[in-house]
Amino acid sequence: MIYLRLFYEFFKVGLFSVGGGMATIPFLQDISERLNWFTTSELSDMIAVSESTPGPIGVNMATFAGYKTAFSIFHNQFAGILGGIVATLGLIAPAIVVIMLVAKALKKFSDNKYVKGAMYGLRAVSMALIAYAGLGVMKITLININAFSKSGNLTDLFVFKTIILAILIFVLQKIFKKIHPIVFIIASAGVGIVFNFS
Amino acid sequence: MKKVSLLNLFLTFMKIGAFSFGGGYAMLPILSRELVEKRGWTCDDDLNDYYAIGQCTPGVIAVNVSTFIGNKLRGVIGGIVATFGMIFVPTILLLIIAIFLTRFAENPYVKDALAGISACVCVLILNAVIKMWKKSVVDLPSFCLFLIALICCVLLWFLPFSVSPVILVIAGAIAGIFVQKAKSGGKRK
Repeated sequence: MIYLRLFYEFFKVGLFSVGGGMATIPFLQDISERLNWFTTSELSDMIAVSESTPGPIGVNMATFAGYKTAFSIFHNQFAGILGGIVATLGLIAPAIVVIMLVAKALKKFSDNKYVKGAMYGLRAVSMALIAYAGLGVMKITLININAFSKSGNLTDLFVFKTIILAILIFVLQKIFKKIHPIVFIIASAGVGIVFNFS
Repeated sequence: MKKVSLLNLFLTFMKIGAFSFGGGYAMLPILSRELVEKRGWTCDDDLNDYYAIGQCTPGVIAVNVSTFIGNKLRGVIGGIVATFGMIFVPTILLLIIAIFLTRFAENPYVKDALAGISACVCVLILNAVIKMWKKSVVDLPSFCLFLIALICCVLLWFLPFSVSPVILVIAGAIAGIFVQKAKSGGKRK
């Protein structure tokens, strides 16, 4: 039963990939090598699509990989859709169970001094990981190291269009606090298309 | 607080999920706006803790945080409903792309739009950092923990192999216990 297998394989991915969507990639690579459900080049397609659509990257990857796998076996779109859904459910199942348990334990032990101490440390490190993720996004989007190392020209290092847009968004949302972040996302997509950002 | 209906929970998370570009971190300002400011379902302190825990438990952070909030509002069913709401639009979108648009990511309009959105994602994450800063980095020891963890992360850029951030998170939790212990020990004297 391919669907059971899909659920099982993605359940494992969900169980072992701790710390965000990108952590799923090595596990998907492993699936590709072990089971030949999709090729490595298909995998890089999946990553590109998962990053260019809304939603957690890990979930998107599971949906896409599940569809591809079931479709390649049955050559039927409905089978593919079912595969995508089954893989997605497999991926999120362990997270849901673990979080429910943690939430229960946290409620019970929230006054415990060890839990308090652990949360104190966790918050600081979690903050660092978020700041680091922000630096990573900035490194990719605001500067272009490739162009700089090719030309040696300092003006090539900075992606001015994106930097200006980012500063503009930052200032605007400080002035107009009422504007919803979603509005800024839609507007920045529009600006990207109109001014050929890529 | 009035009991939140499951439909309301689903629709709210569906809206958040449909606009969650750039991963779980960029989602934080949207969560804060929708759940704390507009609906009063949770507070920034709790959101903060959900993120801290969501990073060291299995699974995708956005899913972990959704399960947490849903669970807090309506128990086990609420956790499941919130998570399904969160992934609803992305999953359908992905299936449509898988069926019809084989070259979606190469489309020039998609590329332009995403390059624009990435500027916004930078600001969203920056805002998340500013928002959480005051509540996470409360004194000198926690600032040191933050700095050490950040330096470790940046150093990982230059390593030829990848190290899971989980190790950092667990080390942070253990260090936190020792710091708190040292603090309460100091008071007793």
